[in-house]
Amino acid sequence: MIDARKLTKRYGEKTAVDGLDFVVRPGTVTGFLGPNGAGKSTTMRMIVGLDAPSDGSVTVNGHHYARHQAPLQEVGTLLEAKSVHPGRSAYNHLRALALTHGIPRRRVDEVIDLAGLASVAKQRAGAFSLGMGQRLGIAAALLGDPQTVMLDEPVNGLDPEGVLWIRNLLKTLADEGRTVFVSSHLMSEMALVADHLIIVGRGRLLADTTVADLIREAGGDMVKVASQDPARLRDVLAGPGVDVTGRIGSEELQVTGLTAREIGLKAAEHGIALFELSARTVSLEEAFMDLTKDAVEYHGTTSGIETLGRPA
Amino acid sequence: MSTLTATAEEPRTTPARPAYRVTGRRVLSSEWAKLWSLRSTWITLGLGLLFLVAFGLIAASRYKSGIHTGRMDRDFAASTAVSLSLFGTNFAQLALGVLGVLVTAGEYSTGMIRSTLAAVPRRLPVLWSKAAVFGLVALAVGTVGAFVAFVFGSGIVSGTPAAMGLSHAGVVRSLLGAGLYLGLVGVIGCALGALLRSVAGGISVLVAVLMLIPGLISLLPSSWQDHISPYLPSNAGESMFALTHDATALSPGAGLLVFLGWTALALGGAAYRLARTDA
Repeated sequence: MIDARKLTKRYGEKTAVDGLDFVVRPGTVTGFLGPNGAGKSTTMRMIVGLDAPSDGSVTVNGHHYARHQAPLQEVGTLLEAKSVHPGRSAYNHLRALALTHGIPRRRVDEVIDLAGLASVAKQRAGAFSLGMGQRLGIAAALLGDPQTVMLDEPVNGLDPEGVLWIRNLLKTLADEGRTVFVSSHLMSEMALVADHLIIVGRGRLLADTTVADLIREAGGDMVKVASQDPARLRDVLAGPGVDVTGRIGSEELQVTGLTAREIGLKAAEHGIALFELSARTVSLEEAFMDLTKDAVEYHGTTSGIETLGRPA
Repeated sequence: MSTLTATAEEPRTTPARPAYRVTGRRVLSSEWAKLWSLRSTWITLGLGLLFLVAFGLIAASRYKSGIHTGRMDRDFAASTAVSLSLFGTNFAQLALGVLGVLVTAGEYSTGMIRSTLAAVPRRLPVLWSKAAVFGLVALAVGTVGAFVAFVFGSGIVSGTPAAMGLSHAGVVRSLLGAGLYLGLVGVIGCALGALLRSVAGGISVLVAVLMLIPGLISLLPSSWQDHISPYLPSNAGESMFALTHDATALSPGAGLLVFLGWTALALGGAAYRLARTDA
């Protein structure tokens, strides 16, 4: 359980995190989404006390992170930035962290096996590939058998097998009743694992919703129908929870609240000829882009060469 | 351990979670394990010990050959077995101080500090543990090195005016003082690394404090020098292990106090920055 209240982080003039209010609940995977520079990593750093909030507060399982007797048992964290000394072996890295909490050697071996690092555990972490480094970070996150697992961009640098491993791991952890909080800038990846979504842009909360709701709100169940007699079709389809829109003089109607199948059957029943009937599914990616389009920090541009030539 | 068995015997529906807990002693043992699991520790400590012993022996040999040939440098004329044997302290302090900087600043440059502080979010125990663990290791290396250098160095200069044994008044105090000085230099290195969070910055300040500032002070008017110079970290430290003290130098006890003061100042600054600023 993570509880953020009016969480704010300012760096001079720039506000990286701006009054975030959210709760991450146990038993589900909660995705933390936002474009690059939205404040996801800063928020996660504040949750584990690496950065102090400028305003507001955040607690984990009811207390500030630093107030816990065994922090690693409360929250296991994988941060995006490297957090390992390259000169130390994977085993010694985990062992040093375990020693601070009195976590037994046996548990160190367990997480090494769990993360698939057994064959390289004695090698220097500096020689690890990006994917191996991520696995070591995840092993460290699981070391204290924590109630809450918080991972910043965990699939970065992992091969397809590793990505699949992470997905299953996150689901297993959530099924065990743990709080799982995972950040990503890729909606497609989140859609596969997360039930709940917290979406941020420019440090502000844009949405705190479920995957299903997000699709619905973005008009995901709209059906486009073109018919010979749109006015009569509109009357036929009208009912509670059904919304029909269309321009006057156009054959096309946009219907929400009914499936394409239901519309087709009703039209046939009343003898209205249909020319086109298609369900327009909005992908999560579109819904996400739509939500964050005003909040993207760094826009790509295709007119870079022209701008260069222009006097400032 | 009785509490552990008590909880295990309680009937529970869910498996009992192990009772982990961060304690000062555990943070110490973690820092101990961290120190020895890096190759750079072994190399740098080895170099420190080598500098201390080798330069002491070289100085003793030069003195002896100077006596034999009758061509003695003026710097060497007033030497004792102690001052010759401890000639390497200047070089050993660099190795041990630099390793101290690496112990703390190295965590910032590699990112390890994020793992460390996530495990010990109260932060200050990490600094105290690092300083204690490395300070004691540097003290041990410095003391062993000083005694080894003296035992062999005094053997080389036996039968010359500089000859001296361990039983000679003040010798053991000087050698222990040298070990203590090197241990505290290690602590100051740790503190500077944590204060500046940069390996290059920490080493630069360390070298400036221990080696450059004494030289710069000599540019001041001599009436000022006498008042400032004895209290500089390097000179106060030297008073701790020098066998003889001229009129301006501090006594060994006063030197120790002043040097402890400098160490506390550096540690205090490091603690303030660690507790107050984002990692």
